[in-house]
Amino acid sequence: MSDMNVDKSKRRFLVVATSAVGGVAAAGTVIPFVASMLPSARALAAGAPVEVDLSKVEPGMQLTVEWRGKPVWIVNRTKEMLDLLGKHDDRLVDPASDSTSQQPEYCKNPTRSIKPQYLIAVGICTHLGCSPTYRKEIGAADLGADWPGGFFCPCHGSRFDLAARVFNGSPAPTNLVIPPHKYLSETKVLIGEDAKA
Amino acid sequence: MDKLLAWVDARLPLTATYKAHLSEYFAPKNFNFWYYFGSLALLVLVIQILSGIFLTMHYKPDAELAFSSVEYIMRDVPWGWLIRYIHSTGASAFFLVVYLHMYRGLIYGSYRGPRELIWIFGVLIYLVLMGEAFFGYLLPWGQMSYWGAQVIVNLFSSVPFIGEDLSVWIRGDFVVSDATLNRFFAFHVIAFPLVLLGLVAVHLVALHEVGSNNPDGVEIKKNKDPVTHIPVDGIPFHPYYTVKDILGVVVFLIVFSAIVFFAPEMGGYFLEANNFIPADPLKTPPHIAPVWYFTPYYAVLRAIPPMFGSQFPGVAAMGVAVLIFFVLPWLDKSPVKSIRYRGPKFKIALALFIVAFIGLGWLGIQPVTPLYTWMARILTAVYFGFFFLMPWYTKNDTHKPEPQRVTDK
Repeated sequence: MSDMNVDKSKRRFLVVATSAVGGVAAAGTVIPFVASMLPSARALAAGAPVEVDLSKVEPGMQLTVEWRGKPVWIVNRTKEMLDLLGKHDDRLVDPASDSTSQQPEYCKNPTRSIKPQYLIAVGICTHLGCSPTYRKEIGAADLGADWPGGFFCPCHGSRFDLAARVFNGSPAPTNLVIPPHKYLSETKVLIGEDAKA
Repeated sequence: MDKLLAWVDARLPLTATYKAHLSEYFAPKNFNFWYYFGSLALLVLVIQILSGIFLTMHYKPDAELAFSSVEYIMRDVPWGWLIRYIHSTGASAFFLVVYLHMYRGLIYGSYRGPRELIWIFGVLIYLVLMGEAFFGYLLPWGQMSYWGAQVIVNLFSSVPFIGEDLSVWIRGDFVVSDATLNRFFAFHVIAFPLVLLGLVAVHLVALHEVGSNNPDGVEIKKNKDPVTHIPVDGIPFHPYYTVKDILGVVVFLIVFSAIVFFAPEMGGYFLEANNFIPADPLKTPPHIAPVWYFTPYYAVLRAIPPMFGSQFPGVAAMGVAVLIFFVLPWLDKSPVKSIRYRGPKFKIALALFIVAFIGLGWLGIQPVTPLYTWMARILTAVYFGFFFLMPWYTKNDTHKPEPQRVTDK
């Protein structure tokens, strides 16, 4: 066969076909490697619910427990704290907890809790994942005279009230997450499982 | 000896490579102070790879063991403290040298045609270097390591639609954990260094293809000796610039050693105080800030308020602030390259940009206050203005005529 009779269309077909098949094979090979970086079975299994004894938390105090590797706060809110909660709705981004992804249905209420006394919230800022600090002192010098007590994120200055609702002007876009939880008795709560389950 | 060399040359282009890249690679004869930082960046790369190899011999990439293995290196491994301080100081030195190297490119127009690809590969090196530094910073598993990684990985979770899954995939868990540490170790010691070396090689090959720019911004290859075809303003890289670079290396190593021996923590800027506390996933330190070389971008991130219930605009602005360097060669419409022949508009714009970059860097370390947030917003506007307005102010600027040949000043 002389050079002049080379059938270029057949060559092109073979090159394209080989590249396409090779490309599919390469893409298929990538999948297990990419998937290997997803959470392992062990990491998935570590998300078991956590039981907490609320009687350990004194009025006005905060307890932090670990659930799925995240800090979960339990704050025993005093009567005075609860009274202050309704007085700054105009300064909040989402005072009525309308964003459904941030709390279970049974916590969509003014105190964002099952029992008004106990706030149970995931202590991870909805901005970039720092853990805000509990600042219960009213009118703290560095937070302004109108500070009603709440949580302040040291990383980027987000502010939340004692129902973990975000104040206007914070970098955080939404209220803190209320985890699914249910009461096993008067003083025992199970974090990580819904009441209806 | 000559026979051995001939034997090798017949099998490997040894002499030819030596000539092409050193003894007969002609660089402009008017290089100044600013031309030290390319070779110094290469030196720091070697320092980091060597010190890193020896740290790997003692370090344990395990959330239970990592923090104490670093303390073990500091206290029990013979000379371990020196090797670690060389590596940690080297990280800051790398960024310092690279920032000065990039500044050189800005003032002399080294990013302009025909060197756009050299610039693009350079920006890629910068990006990989940022990743490398970020992964490396998690490894000591201190409080700042942990929460820094938590914040940066969460940047990805703000990407619309896929963000949450993306950040879980990066961490390999729902929070920064042992899985995250283990994979960051893999990225830090093998994946990113390999990519970095490849990019550096391409950066240099592209440089040696078109030849170096110089402080006058004129092309020496346009004026070649008619007989030898050597640029009349070119001198062989070796011995002229190898000797010049050795001076730079000596001065650099003096400063570098002084820091390693007398101020390895640099008052908390190279090694942050909070990182001497083991990582605690339940408690964020009261004041967190990234290491100094990331603070300008961190300030941009904090300056942009959330919009439409998402912090993505701030994250996007931060990303654009870094990626914008890629298109710099096409934003500059000036007929001249070097600042020596540019008009006042470019000089003012560049001065404002430097103020903005350093100002943002300072603000990125400070706690959040309303005043600082507004300052950061203004400086962010200046930062982006330097790039986005460049086509106009470079086109309408006055400029002096470029000389035919390089000058002696």
